[in-house]
Amino acid sequence: MQPAEIITETGGVIGASWLMIALPAVGAAILLLFGRLTDRWGHLLGTAMSLASFAVAVLAFVELLGFDEAERRRQVMLYDFLPAGSFHVEMGLLIDPLSISFALLITGVGSLIHIYSIGYMAHDEKRRKFFAYLNLFVAAMLVLVLADNYLGLYIGWEGVGLASYLLIGFWQHKPSAATAAKKAFVVNRVGDFGLALGIFTIFTTFGTVAYKDVLANAGAAEQVTLTVIGLLLLLGACGKSAQLPLQSWLLDAMEGPTPVSALIHAATMVTAGVYLITRSGAIYEGAPTAQLVVTIVGAATLIAGAIIGCAKDDIKKALAGSTMSQIGYMVLAAGLGPIGYAFAIAHLIAHGFFKAAMFLGAGSVMHAMNDEVDMRRYGGLRTVMPITFATFGLGYLAIIGIPPLSGWFTKDSIIEAAMHVSPVLGWVAVIGAGITGFYMSRVMFMTFFGEKRWASDAHPHESPKVMTWPLILLSVGSVLGGGLLIAGGTFAEFLRPAVGAPEEPLAFHPVSVPGIVTIVLVLAGAAYAWTKYAKSPVPEVAPRGSFLTTFARRDLYGDALNESLFMRPGQWLTRLAVFFDNRGVDGIVNGLAAAIGGTSGRLRRIQTGFVRSYALSVFLGAAAVVGALLAVGSF
Amino acid sequence: MPWLSTLMAVPAVGAVAVAAVPKRNETLAKQLTFAVSLVVLALAAVMAAQFNPGGDRLQFTETYSWIPSFGIHFALGVDGVALVLILLSALLVPIVVLASWNEAAGTPEAPAKRSVKTYFALILVLEAMMIGVFAATDVFLFYVFFEAMLIPMYFMIGSYGGAQRSYAAVKFLLYSLLGGLLMLVAVIGLYVIAGKNTFLHTELIGAITDPGVQRWLFLGFFIAFAIKAPLVPFHTWLPDSAAQAPAGAAVLLVGVLDKVGTYGMLRFCLELFPDASRFFTPLVITLAVIGIIYGAIVAIGQTDIKRLIAYTSISHFGFIAMGVFAMTTTAGAGATLYMVNHGFATGALFLVAGFLIQRRGSQYISDYGGVQKVTPVLAGSFLFACLAGTAVPGLATFVSEFTVLIGTFQNRTYLVAAVIATFGVVLSAIYMLWLYQRVAGGPPSEGVKSLGELNGREKWVMAPLIAVILALGVYPKPLFDVINPSVTQTLSIAGVTQDPEPTLNVAVQRGAGQ
Repeated sequence: MQPAEIITETGGVIGASWLMIALPAVGAAILLLFGRLTDRWGHLLGTAMSLASFAVAVLAFVELLGFDEAERRRQVMLYDFLPAGSFHVEMGLLIDPLSISFALLITGVGSLIHIYSIGYMAHDEKRRKFFAYLNLFVAAMLVLVLADNYLGLYIGWEGVGLASYLLIGFWQHKPSAATAAKKAFVVNRVGDFGLALGIFTIFTTFGTVAYKDVLANAGAAEQVTLTVIGLLLLLGACGKSAQLPLQSWLLDAMEGPTPVSALIHAATMVTAGVYLITRSGAIYEGAPTAQLVVTIVGAATLIAGAIIGCAKDDIKKALAGSTMSQIGYMVLAAGLGPIGYAFAIAHLIAHGFFKAAMFLGAGSVMHAMNDEVDMRRYGGLRTVMPITFATFGLGYLAIIGIPPLSGWFTKDSIIEAAMHVSPVLGWVAVIGAGITGFYMSRVMFMTFFGEKRWASDAHPHESPKVMTWPLILLSVGSVLGGGLLIAGGTFAEFLRPAVGAPEEPLAFHPVSVPGIVTIVLVLAGAAYAWTKYAKSPVPEVAPRGSFLTTFARRDLYGDALNESLFMRPGQWLTRLAVFFDNRGVDGIVNGLAAAIGGTSGRLRRIQTGFVRSYALSVFLGAAAVVGALLAVGSF
Repeated sequence: MPWLSTLMAVPAVGAVAVAAVPKRNETLAKQLTFAVSLVVLALAAVMAAQFNPGGDRLQFTETYSWIPSFGIHFALGVDGVALVLILLSALLVPIVVLASWNEAAGTPEAPAKRSVKTYFALILVLEAMMIGVFAATDVFLFYVFFEAMLIPMYFMIGSYGGAQRSYAAVKFLLYSLLGGLLMLVAVIGLYVIAGKNTFLHTELIGAITDPGVQRWLFLGFFIAFAIKAPLVPFHTWLPDSAAQAPAGAAVLLVGVLDKVGTYGMLRFCLELFPDASRFFTPLVITLAVIGIIYGAIVAIGQTDIKRLIAYTSISHFGFIAMGVFAMTTTAGAGATLYMVNHGFATGALFLVAGFLIQRRGSQYISDYGGVQKVTPVLAGSFLFACLAGTAVPGLATFVSEFTVLIGTFQNRTYLVAAVIATFGVVLSAIYMLWLYQRVAGGPPSEGVKSLGELNGREKWVMAPLIAVILALGVYPKPLFDVINPSVTQTLSIAGVTQDPEPTLNVAVQRGAGQ
C-alpha cells in the first residue's frame, strides 16, 4: 500500500505545531542571551519549555488521530525561506504519523531527561548553559523530523550535530572532552558531505527538495539516479547514527555529561539516520542496490557494536557499543523496505525508553560513586541503590528481549522480517541478539551483583527523587512500550499513511523457530556472564585478554584505521601545503621580485620609493603596453 | 535626492573634519568618526528601503561629465548586487570604528607611526571610496576608486600594523599595483577598441565582439580581480596583510575591499566579455576549487590566528568565484549573498580575534588555551564566529554556501567541481573547531588566567554582527529578493538565459496529472 497524499493544513493545533520548535528555541535563546541573570531559574525555564513542547506534540497527536487515515499527512506552510535563483525552498512542517511519533519521543523522553538533569547537574556552575544547549537540541531535532523538505531536514541535521558538539564538549576544560566534541562534529560532517550531495542530486533530478513532490515522483526517476541518491543519503545516515564506517565518534562522545549520552547519543539524535531512510522510503524502494547496502551496513554494525560492548569496562562505553548495535537493527529493518519500516520505528521508540533508562541509571550510579565509570570498581550495588537497580534491571530485561518486555516484541519482529527477506540477515540478527544477552548481562552483573569493589572513598547512596522519578517512568515505558506498539499491529497500522505497508503485513508470532533460538542464545549468554561476572570474582584491573578482547577494546581498530588512513596522511598533507605555500608560492613571488629589482637591497629602496612614483609608473607602463598593442595592430 | 553622491560625500567631509580635530583630543575624533559612520548607515538604510527590486536595473543613477574629451563620466548607480555590498560596507564601518577605539595607538612592540585621529580619518576616506567603487557605473571611474582604495589601506597597515607592517604593506601595494596596471591596460584597450568614446559601463556592454580581443581584455580585468579577491596562486599577500593589519583594518580589507574583486568578476568580466567568460570558465572554476581545498588545508596548518583566518577567507573566495562562474542563477545569487555574509562572518572572526590578541599580546595559537573557563562571554563570541566560519545552518553563511554549492552542482558540466568543493565543509569544520579547541578548550594556560572579560563597548561590537548573522540565516529572503533580478540580468547579458532543467520535471508532471 502506498503512503497517503500530503494535504495542506491551515488551522488547529497542527496549524500551530511550529510552537513545538519555537518554545525550546526561545528557551535556549533566553538562557544564552541573558546569561548569568538566569542562573537561578534557568533549569526550570528549560524544563518548562521542553514540557510545553511535549504538550503541543500530544495535542497535535490527538488531533491527528481525529482525521481519517487518508488525511493524516498534513503539511503546514510556514514562510518563504530561500528563493535563490531557480532553487526555491518554502519552509513548512509535515505532521504525519511518522514525524509525530518522533516528536513525541523527542519531547517526551527529552522532558524526562531535562527533569533528571535538574538533579544531576545541580552542582555544576554552568547548569544554566547546559539547559540552554538541551533546549537547543530539542528544537533542532524537531526541525529535523518535522520539516517538510530535505533542506529543512539538513538544517535540523546539522543543528543537532552542533548541539551534540556543544554538549559533548560541555566540560571544555577537559582536553579529552574538547577533542571528542571536535571529532564528533568532523566525522558527522563527513556524513553531512554525503547528505548534502544527496540533496543536490534530489534537486537536480526533481527540481525541488520538498517531500511532497520528491517522494510522490520518485517512482518516475531512473533506478541509477535513485541508487546514487540512496547511497549518498546512507552516508549521511552512517555519520549521524554511528554506523560503520563512520561509527568512531560515538564512543568518544561519552565524554559529555551522562544525560546527554542518554538523550542525544542513545534515545534520539543517533536515530536520525533511521528516520532519514524511512522517510526516503520511496527513493530506496526504487533502488534495490541501495537497500541491500543499507541492510548490510545495519547487519555489520549490529555485530560490531555488540562485540565492542563485550569488552568495555567503562559502563557508558559499554552502553554506547550497545547503542551502535541496536541502531544497527533499526537500519537493517529500514533497509528491508515497507515490511520493516514499522518495526524499525517501533524498535527505535522502545530503545529510546530502555536505553535512556539504562543511561540515566548509569548516571545515577556514577553520581553515587564519585563519577567512577569503571565497572570493575562497582559491584553489589543492588542493595544500596534499589530504585536505580530495579529501573536499570527492567531496561536490561527489555533490551535483551525477555518476554513480554519491549525488546522482545520489537527485536523479534525485526528478526522475523529479516528472515522473511533473507535468511542470512535474519541469522546475523539472531546472533547479535545472543551477544547482546551476554554483554548486557555483563554490565548488569558487574554493576549490581557480585562483590563490592568500590574505591575506599566511595559511599554510594540512592539518587534524589528528581532523578529517580524519570527512571521509573522510563522503565515503565521499557516494559510496556513494545507490546503496545507491536501486538495486534497497532503501530504498523498507525504508520501506514506515512510509510506505506507491504502487500501482506507480517503478523507477530510469539512462538517461532528463530524466536526460540534467540531466547536460548540470550539465556546462554546471560548464564555465561553470570558465572563469569557474578559468581566468580572480577579483577579490579582488566586482565590482558586474548587478541579478540584487545580487538574489541580498541573499538575494532576503527580509530587506528582512521588515524593511519586519514589523520596522518592529512597531517602530512597539511604540513606539505604550508611549507609549499611559504616557500613555494611566496618564495617564487619574492624571488621574482628580487630578481626583477636586481638585488633584494635595491628592491627595498625601490619599494620605499614606489608610493611616490606610483602614479607615474602606472601610467608609463600602461601607455607602453597600449602603444605596443596599437603598434602590433591586432591580437 | 542624489543618494549615492551624498553617501560618498558624508564620509569624505567627515574625514576632513576628523583630520581637523586637534591631535590631543583623540576622543572627539573617535566620537565624530562614529557619528559620521552612523549617519552614513542611516542614509544607506533609507536609500535601500526605496530601492525597487522589480524596477529599473540601475537605480539612484547620477551622471556628470568629468573629462569630456575622453568620454569619462562621474556616473553612479546601483543594481541589487551593488546595493547589498554598499549596505555591507555601511554596516561594517561603524562596527569597525567601535572596535578600533583603543587599537589605533598600536601595541607596545609596534607603536603607531601616525596619530590616532588620522587612523579614524582614514577609515572614513576608505568608506567613501568603498561606496564609490560599488556605485561607479563608468569603467574608468571604477578603476580610479579601485586603485585609490589602496592608499588609505596602505597607510592603515603600514603605519598602524604589527611588527612586520612595512613588509606586509609594501607587499600588499605591489601586488595590487600589478593587478591595477593590468586592469588599466585593459580599461584603455576597451575604450580604444570599442571606439565609442565613452567609458560608461552600460554603453560598453556588447561593444567588443571579437572573441580574441575579448579574451585579452578579460584577462586584464580578471587577473586584477583575482589578485584583489585572492584566488590561488595570487593569494600570498593576503595572509601577511591580514596578520599585520590592525583587526579593524583587516575586517575592512578582507570583508569589503577584497569583495571588489569578486564583484568585479560578476559586473565587468561577465557583462563586458561574455564569450571570453564562457571560454575561461573551466580555468576559473579549476582555480576556485583548488583555492577552496588548498586554502582550507593551509589554514588547518597555521600557527597564527590572524593568518589562519586569512587562509579561511582564501578558501571562501574560492566558493564565491566558483558561484560567479558556475553560470546558474542559483549559484550567482548564492555567490552574491556569500560576499555579504562573508563580510559579516569574517568581520566577527577578525574582531573577536583582535579582542583576544589585544588582551594576551600574542597572535600565536599556542599561547592560548582554556579561554572559555576564564572569559566565557568572549569565548562564546569566538565560538559563534567560528561556527559562522564553518557555515552551520541557522547562520547566514550556511544559506550562501549551500546555495553556491547546489547552484554549481546544477550545472552538470561542473558536477565534479561541486563535489570536490562540497568536501570543503569537512575541512572548514576542522580548521574552525580545532582553532577553537586550542584557544578555548583545555585548562587555562598561564598567560590566559588573567584575561579580562568583554567590556560593554566590545559587546556592542559583537551584538550587531551576531544579530545580523542570525537574522540572515533564518530569513535571507529580503536580500535574495534584491539580488535575484540583478543576477538574472547579469547572466542573461553573459548569455545564460535559463538554468539547467531538472532531469525529471516535477512541475510539468504534476501539471499533467491534474
